[in-house]
Amino acid sequence: MSPLLDTPTAPATAAPVESAPGYRAGRTLPLRVEALRQWKRRRTLIMGGILVALPFVLLIAFAIGGDQDGGRNGRITLMDTATASGANFAATSLFVSAGFLLVVPVALFCGDTVASEASWSSLRYLLAAPVPRSRLLASKLTVALAYSAAAMILLPLVALAVGTVAYGWGPLRLPTGGAVPAGDAVLRIGIAVAFVFASQLVTAGLAFWLSTRTDAPLGAVGGAVGLTIVGNVLDAVTALGDWREYLPAHWQFAWIDALQPQLEWGGMVKGTAISLTYALVLFALAFRGFARKDIVS
Amino acid sequence: MRLRLPRWAAVTAVLAVIAGAGTWTAVASDDPPPVHRADRMLDLDGARIDTSYFTGDADGRRPAVLLGHGFGGSKDDVRAQAEQLARDGYAVLTWSARGFGASTGEIGLNDPDHEVEDARKLIDWLAARPEVLLDKPGDPRVGVTGASYGGAISLLAAGHDGRVDAIAPQITYWNLADALFPNDVFKKLWAGIFFSAGNQPGAASAGAPGKAPAGKTAACGRFTPELCSLYERVAVSGKPDAAARALLEARSPSAVGSRIKVPALLVQGQSDSLFTLAQSDAMARTLTANGAPVAVDWISGGHDGGDRETERVERRISTWFDRWLKKDTSVDTGPAFRVSRTGGVDSTDGQATLRAATDDRYPGLTPGATDIPLAGPAQTFANPAGAAPPAVSAVPGLGGGVAGLSSLGVGLSLDFPGQHARFDAKPQDEPLRITGTPTVRTKVTSTATDGSAVLFAKVYDVGPDGRQQVLPAQLVAPVRVDGATAGKSVTLTLPAIDHEVEAGHRLRLVVAATDLGYASPSVPAAYTVAVEGPLTVPTAPGLDTQAAALPWWVWGLPLLGLAGAAALLLTARRRTAAPAPDPALAAVPLQITGLSKKYKGGDRYSVKDLTFRVEQGQVLGLLGPNGAGKTTTLRMLMGLITPDEGEIRVFGQAIRPGAPVLSRVGSFVEGAGFLPHLNGRENLDLYWKATGRPAQDAHVDEALRIANLGNALDRAVRTYSQGMRQRLALAQAMLGLPDLLILDEPTNGLDPPQIREMREVMIRYAAGGRTVIVSSHLLAEVEQSCTHLVVMDRGQLVQAGPVAEITGSGDTLLVTLGEAVPDALVEKVGALPGVATATRTDGGILVRLDTLDPTALIGELVGLDVPLTGVGPHRRLEDAFLTLIGGGAA
Repeated sequence: MSPLLDTPTAPATAAPVESAPGYRAGRTLPLRVEALRQWKRRRTLIMGGILVALPFVLLIAFAIGGDQDGGRNGRITLMDTATASGANFAATSLFVSAGFLLVVPVALFCGDTVASEASWSSLRYLLAAPVPRSRLLASKLTVALAYSAAAMILLPLVALAVGTVAYGWGPLRLPTGGAVPAGDAVLRIGIAVAFVFASQLVTAGLAFWLSTRTDAPLGAVGGAVGLTIVGNVLDAVTALGDWREYLPAHWQFAWIDALQPQLEWGGMVKGTAISLTYALVLFALAFRGFARKDIVS
Repeated sequence: MRLRLPRWAAVTAVLAVIAGAGTWTAVASDDPPPVHRADRMLDLDGARIDTSYFTGDADGRRPAVLLGHGFGGSKDDVRAQAEQLARDGYAVLTWSARGFGASTGEIGLNDPDHEVEDARKLIDWLAARPEVLLDKPGDPRVGVTGASYGGAISLLAAGHDGRVDAIAPQITYWNLADALFPNDVFKKLWAGIFFSAGNQPGAASAGAPGKAPAGKTAACGRFTPELCSLYERVAVSGKPDAAARALLEARSPSAVGSRIKVPALLVQGQSDSLFTLAQSDAMARTLTANGAPVAVDWISGGHDGGDRETERVERRISTWFDRWLKKDTSVDTGPAFRVSRTGGVDSTDGQATLRAATDDRYPGLTPGATDIPLAGPAQTFANPAGAAPPAVSAVPGLGGGVAGLSSLGVGLSLDFPGQHARFDAKPQDEPLRITGTPTVRTKVTSTATDGSAVLFAKVYDVGPDGRQQVLPAQLVAPVRVDGATAGKSVTLTLPAIDHEVEAGHRLRLVVAATDLGYASPSVPAAYTVAVEGPLTVPTAPGLDTQAAALPWWVWGLPLLGLAGAAALLLTARRRTAAPAPDPALAAVPLQITGLSKKYKGGDRYSVKDLTFRVEQGQVLGLLGPNGAGKTTTLRMLMGLITPDEGEIRVFGQAIRPGAPVLSRVGSFVEGAGFLPHLNGRENLDLYWKATGRPAQDAHVDEALRIANLGNALDRAVRTYSQGMRQRLALAQAMLGLPDLLILDEPTNGLDPPQIREMREVMIRYAAGGRTVIVSSHLLAEVEQSCTHLVVMDRGQLVQAGPVAEITGSGDTLLVTLGEAVPDALVEKVGALPGVATATRTDGGILVRLDTLDPTALIGELVGLDVPLTGVGPHRRLEDAFLTLIGGGAA
């Protein structure tokens, strides 16, 4: 019934054959394939949908709320200038989402990537294909980070488009006064997004590490989000003093420095350094643990 | 055995590295070396001067430092700095100046006969100290420093006493008359604050109220009568007179400027409307002309407030003295000119960040001029009666925050309409950094009866929208113009600033009639101002802005993190190299030797000392009850788990996680594993792509035919039934036609026809020279499709060999018959040579063989015309299996 049985080829019996013809460890699980594997997942599409929808939700909120001149307690935030221009709207969208909303896609993409394969049992077939373990993690991490970055770029990009249609193309009006020309403002928002991504590397590292430790995708994602919240709580404890500088959460809003009249790098550089440090160690832990782990899922 | 650190050890090590730096600093600052302090009241020229003498632990003679305090303060204000200098190896003497703190006497504004003389006496006192280093007898190695009032005494001490070896005056005056009466305009607000600061009831007068000299008005407080009357006279008239100017000039460092020849670090504030950058510029020019080494440091703050950068400045002063008092030529005293520039606000702590701009020479206040044309007609504006309401620029006491804000694009400044003229430049095409004093020629006409005018000139930085305007450092330049009834050309010298005008911003010259901080005529008049030339703006291109200093950990921590990560990964590497391939086994699909595995936390071995071999072309059944270790063995075979001991070789290659030889193995173990959101075809396609092998090697069509999924192939796998998944998984295992196919319970979930098909597939697959390993507990299936068996129980090998060898034992065979036979025939069979017995049973004849083999028996039976339909082992595999594992055979 099966032609494969009619065309048998006996394996060579002479010299030891190390692998099947055409197999090269370095070519296994190419990034494009891993990206395709993740692309059609419902969570990817839902996350993208939320990020695309948020600017519209904000737009409607501002349209319903109208001008809000009264009772802002003297504190000026980006909220007050949200409707000044497309750039302002994009910056405001970033402002409302950077604290938590953007943590979720990172935790999701990085935390789910290995654990979900384990829960589907597809992990063992990949490893037996064989995709070398470090290669598997490298591909998965790269794709997860790329998806995270895409999520972060998507939100301000949609907001910029939506805001430009709604409020026009204009300079970024700063809440403290002054304005940044529109072209420059896009660059500034780009810097802010880049920093938000860098500052989320620690969440990515945590989620990825947990992902290699557990077969429950939700455990990895929830663990990473939970620990991020713990970081925020600790940062609120002013008694910790200078020690807070070593908390990644301490720097999470340093990207606002990119949206002031004079671009200030200090906080962003420090935040990136902290985030990168934690991320490096966590990524290394993930690779180390996974390399020797018994895969029993 | 390989070395295996517990995981927590690695984590702890990394955390320790991260936390380490903080711990070191904490330890370092925990226990500063002790500083000895001795307080003494010294009787100097009719006043008791309260002093404190600080020495550190160092042995031997050391240079001394005289440390003065600011106006209105006392020696207590500088105690922290004194202690630090003492720790740095200096003998430090602080004192409360006459009229301040616990010292008695009257304030003479650094009178050469009193305050300066006191300082000379203090140097005499230092010269007598055994621990103070002497240049020669009576001449100690001494430096003088201090801020504001204490800065002036530094300059004056150096001017009046040749024994002073180095000075570091901060935010102070060169010419007090110029500071309080700039361009003959009375700086009334600052002068008032200055005067009242000296008027506070101090400790001395409070302790001994009767001591206040008789005949003085209470308003004079501790000022000398001479100064008191000067202030009152000028404050009432609102106009400085020549006598007042002469008196203040005589007491200023400028009076002895030509005699100050010692190395000087001049620290001046940018947010300082009291002692402006022009004052330190005059110091720098004079001292440089005298041949003294000079460094100029413009700090961000000043008397108007802002960041005084105390820590950095004190460190620099210490370094300065290390160079010029300790004569340590190895220290770097820093750049000749340094400007603190405000960056943005650091949002995490709300602090404005400062960056240094440095140059190896001090360019003065009028370097590299750029002319910027100003537009605007001649404008006439009013000097309001009573000089009110005044325009607002710097506000002493309040100004701190305000002056600081101006660099951030926000500022509080106010010009009243009709009371100023303004002239705008074109927007800047590119950023312009002003460093120094802009100047502009104007023509001023006044309707005042004496033809005079008091004007306040300022340059705003106006944003692109034309409304947002910022007054750099909140500074204005007052000027008094006389004889301007018919118009007079006046060159306005604007305040010295360091300010960046961004591209798109424009400069705006405003000339106002009033300013809150200054006295201006109260008689109403009209002034007309026209610009006669461009605004000449100094730039200092040699000033390089340095990157803001970042703490060590900004670079250090990621590097440590990288090192930690590398350490984690390197220690995870196996020490032992992969075993070399064994050419002798190149044609042996599987050789397992001494394999043992015990799961972590498990109480017994899942696999123990397992050894067997599979030859090419075999269909091997791996048989055992649940928990026998079949699946564990297959996991090890796939490189998913690591054996504790033993070795697995596939085609001679040792199996490790991800061993390339696994590409010759197809597997289906413990159920299917697919991405549920993709359909069957996509799953197979992406799986094959993940192996990285050429698409034409996949033989997808053949595999799909086995799966036999039909249209379901294009449905998401999550909608599949168990059997469909199973078949898809088998197809996946056969992708690429692997030389060794491992199937774990392959018939679970298949219906009987599919099971039969499956069986045929396996047999024919192996017939092609490939090898199949099937694990199962479905004994009948194994019996029917396998050529060889490995029976396992409790992790151990029970028996291995050809199926017949295990099942039949060559012993008793059941001959099934097509029709009934007579007893005689049965007896004939029993009488055949090599046959022990033959008895009739339900289904046929049971033959126990003695020496005959089954094939020969069949020949004999046919020869006897026995209507046989089949010959099979009587002991079914099930019985054999149960016997072998010792269960239920009793």
